[in-house]
Amino acid sequence: MNINRNIAWTYFIASKKMTMVAILGVVIGVSIFMFMNSMAAGFDRTSGESFFKTTPHIRVYKDDKISQPLKEESNSKTLIVNPKVVPSINTIDNPMDWVKLIRKQKEVTVVFPQVSCPVFYNNGKSQITGTTIGFDPVEADKMFRISTFTVQGSIADLSTHQDGIIIGSGIAEKMNLLTGDKINMTSSKGINLTLTVVGIFKTNNSKEDKTKSYVNLATGQQFLKENNAYVTDINVNIDNPDRAPQVAKELTNLTGYKAEDWIAANETYMAASRIRKIVIMFISFTLLIVSSFGIYNILNMTVSQKINDIAILKAMGFNGGDVIRIFVYQALTIGALGVILGVLLALILVQALQHVYIGGDIGYFPIRFEPWVFVRGIFIGLFITFLAGYVPAKKAAKVDPVSIFRK
Amino acid sequence: MILQVENIEKKFYDPIEFKVLNGISFGIERGEFVTLVGKSGCGKSTLLYILSTMDTEYSGRLVIDGEDVVGYDQNRLSAIRNEKIGFVFQFHYLLTDFTCLKNIMIPALRLGKLSEEEIEFRAMEKLRMLGLEDQALKPASKLSGGQQQRVAIARALINDPLIIMGDEPTGNLDSKNTQIVFDILQELAHVNKQTIIAVTHDNDFARASDRTIEMMDGRII
Ligand SMILES: Nc1ncnc2c1ncn2[C@@H]1O[C@H](COP(=O)(O)OP(=O)(O)OP(=O)(O)O)[C@@H](O)[C@H]1O
Ligand SMILES: [Mg+2]
Repeated sequence: MNINRNIAWTYFIASKKMTMVAILGVVIGVSIFMFMNSMAAGFDRTSGESFFKTTPHIRVYKDDKISQPLKEESNSKTLIVNPKVVPSINTIDNPMDWVKLIRKQKEVTVVFPQVSCPVFYNNGKSQITGTTIGFDPVEADKMFRISTFTVQGSIADLSTHQDGIIIGSGIAEKMNLLTGDKINMTSSKGINLTLTVVGIFKTNNSKEDKTKSYVNLATGQQFLKENNAYVTDINVNIDNPDRAPQVAKELTNLTGYKAEDWIAANETYMAASRIRKIVIMFISFTLLIVSSFGIYNILNMTVSQKINDIAILKAMGFNGGDVIRIFVYQALTIGALGVILGVLLALILVQALQHVYIGGDIGYFPIRFEPWVFVRGIFIGLFITFLAGYVPAKKAAKVDPVSIFRK
Repeated sequence: MILQVENIEKKFYDPIEFKVLNGISFGIERGEFVTLVGKSGCGKSTLLYILSTMDTEYSGRLVIDGEDVVGYDQNRLSAIRNEKIGFVFQFHYLLTDFTCLKNIMIPALRLGKLSEEEIEFRAMEKLRMLGLEDQALKPASKLSGGQQQRVAIARALINDPLIIMGDEPTGNLDSKNTQIVFDILQELAHVNKQTIIAVTHDNDFARASDRTIEMMDGRII
């Protein structure tokens, strides 16, 4: 073993109790850091997953236009106008051409057109208000993975039944419907249709489950009293949802329609999630930094206790770098042990919490082993350990042996 | 000439300005056994710290083994100390967390020229020479002052340094052990051609050495 490491190891063993405390500090700091950040990542993942059950990464649609005052001429009188939404049909012209074009863009994985229409589900005398979405079931399943949360029937049956409908579990419960039953609906345009329930889905988002239903594109267009070229939205999914804002911008430029990414569409939620992330970051970093105080403390103590040793070592030809290495090795030994045990503790915590049932929209606690969080924890833990050791080590390296020998 | 100093001057400023060394010049040949004597407080230790390259705050010239080391950075001086100089201090001897054997081995391990087994073998030899072989694996803190001092001497010899400096290297020893150490040092000087500079208050020890340099109030007389 290298002599510097050898000396470091001797000092490491010589002060067992304080070393233990320092290791424990790192264990707690590192494990809580990893645990909290895994939790944050878990929250993000589940909320992302539940978003993408109903929201595309990017939605392309025709935005409402606000009327502008007529062009003023310099010498004309001021005109008072009431700006208001220009009445126009919210359809995308030649939607299939756009779909084809968007599908050719790189990063784009799934593209399909849809219509959405406010409807009443007629339940005897009472009515449930809701929305029905019309689309191509095969494409839609690729995007929303509807088949993963259909509890009865299947999305494939929608393709084979032109008059089929898939309803949310909340609607099914209220209206006491099973697959195969008939459901009568009236749209906002006054169209009344009776459809056959071919499936029931449950997203765990109770608002969705109580109001939403899926039909074929043609049925949707029928509800809206429109022809088969009428499309309100084009849904787009891409490889990496985090890139949605950039891709949305490109699509806006490409099509001239409004392309809204999911992050912009859920601004309030995203802001709350950002705040949560910042708080978790702040707390976990603080813990990690505080946990390194133990190392700083023990090293400071070793340096002042062993000042005579340092002087002798320097007299025998150890240079400043050797002295720094001795104490940084000692710190890193403590840090490495703390990080290893911290990783184990974090794994145990994650494992334990995975089996805690929360219920509601979430189900089991949304946490799992996040390799990147652990890698980051290991590196940050070791880095902070290094700093906590380096500061006292630097002080030790500056010891002037002669001034010690004169005492 | 293995060691040469010219016009060394050193001042202390605390509590008042005070010239400890005032124009010290001498040269020492290879293989010479030189003792340095003088009244307590005349500046012997101060001079030895300068000769050992640990103290760099002085004026004058210091040439070790043909190298003018004035102005060398700390790392180069460390390397010179490690390889060419063995030092026995006045009161501070050993690293107390290590065994005697390890204490002796440390400078050689730092130098890294020999394998650990060879170093250990050599260290045992030195211990035997100083009559301490049965103390090899004892922690240094469990030894008497005289034993510690002998271990420190063994450690100063481990790298076969060109120059061995001692600040009262026999200060804690009885007459029998003083004689043993003296004989060892003399043999190192005359047979191995290593150079010895030792501060001493022991007149017999000084008289028996090759040359005695006497100091008074920061000067050589
Ligand atoms: N750090 C210091 N600051 C101020 N004066 C000092 C300092 N160190 C030593 N001195 C003074 O310098 C002078 C020489 O000290 P030095 O230790 O070299 O004496 P010495 O000859 O080795 O004495 P001894 O035989 O007792 O060991 C003394 O008068 C001492 O008081
Ligand atoms: Mg002295």
